[in-house]
Amino acid sequence: MPTTITINGSEVARDIAPATLLVELLRDDLGLTGTHIGCDTSQCGACNVLVDGVAAKACTLLAVALDGRAVTTIEGLADGETLHPMQAAFRQEHGLQCGFCTPGMVIAGIEIVRRHGSDVTREQIAHDLEGNLCRCTGYINIIKAIEAGARAMGGTSVFEAQGEAVDA
Amino acid sequence: MREFAYARPASLADAAAAFAAGGEAAFIAGGHTLLPAMKSRLRMPDTLIDLSALSGLGGVTREGDRLWIGALTTHAAVAADATVHAALPGLARLALQIGDPQVRNRGTLGGVLANNDPAADYPAAALALDATIETDRGAHAADDYFQGMFTTALADGEIVTRVGFRIAARAAYAKFRHPASRYALVGVFVAQHDDGVRVAVTGAGAGVFRWAEAEAALAGEFSAAAVKGLVLDAADLNSDIHAGAEYRAHLAGVMLAQAVGEA
Repeated sequence: MPTTITINGSEVARDIAPATLLVELLRDDLGLTGTHIGCDTSQCGACNVLVDGVAAKACTLLAVALDGRAVTTIEGLADGETLHPMQAAFRQEHGLQCGFCTPGMVIAGIEIVRRHGSDVTREQIAHDLEGNLCRCTGYINIIKAIEAGARAMGGTSVFEAQGEAVDA
Repeated sequence: MREFAYARPASLADAAAAFAAGGEAAFIAGGHTLLPAMKSRLRMPDTLIDLSALSGLGGVTREGDRLWIGALTTHAAVAADATVHAALPGLARLALQIGDPQVRNRGTLGGVLANNDPAADYPAAALALDATIETDRGAHAADDYFQGMFTTALADGEIVTRVGFRIAARAAYAKFRHPASRYALVGVFVAQHDDGVRVAVTGAGAGVFRWAEAEAALAGEFSAAAVKGLVLDAADLNSDIHAGAEYRAHLAGVMLAQAVGEA
């Protein structure tokens, strides 16, 4: 099925079989292997990507359903050699051990800042990581990294910006 | 997943026509229940009809004593919506307890109600809040709509368009959630309406159901004390590796008291 998706800023036009998951398109067809497959059951969050700036699990999205949308993967976050502030914070705070969950954690961190703003609390971060698993059990430094990344990113919660109720 | 054909119609009429075109068709909205079921081959549709491009199936409005939420509204949108918070804060809190942030960004109200998983959260709210489930063909009262495990009053090809929750004086949901699946091991939604109390239980049985004894006890006095010691009859409850029927029966009483306390 002819499908055009903007991936990390570049338009990708492909004839895609409807049963192709976004994570399969990214990894197998485009070589963007930073998006990981941990569980394939929508639980671990290793495949998190941003779809039009909102985090989603690439193992549970059909690629053809994203026609006309914009997807950002871990490979699309850095600006040249300059890491995204959330990536830099993970390095600075040693927010990873084996690194397998890290791409999904970084995307989850960016999503947390979108939802809660840069002054997000550690409790909110810990709660909102409910969809991400780290098998090294390195959550303490991950939470520290997201907190530092949030402060570096700046900005207010999207809900506050829209005048909507802020979800807890 | 097995291969399938895919259509993304722009109107309800086109969606209905695509469904009627033959073969085993399935509608997909957020896809966070259907795609996992297709991966494990519990579901093997020939055609997926993606409803996400339909207009007019989102949004939240308050009309009289009802809060109407469009079928394509995501759990994240319900959890963050100021109108929902003002009318039924317990419903917003329920939405926030579904899945995880990434799942809530995709999963939809209409998808949950059409699927009617016996451990899903929204069916408890719809039943306790005496919801009207509007479709492209008419409307269903919640009391008639939920018909047991993955079964509803929807006819083949009927599409949920919006859901009208009756605004209650007090309403809250308490859920003991399975730590891996995030579905309700047992969830209880209580709602105090002008004409009585409605209590709905999910996760415990083959489908969502009302708990008459709890409703009667709370009609007399809406307090946790009034339902102290109340347990469900374990005879018809689920028993699996996660929890036995007696455990669920007791847990329902605990969730009931918690929901009443929060309402």
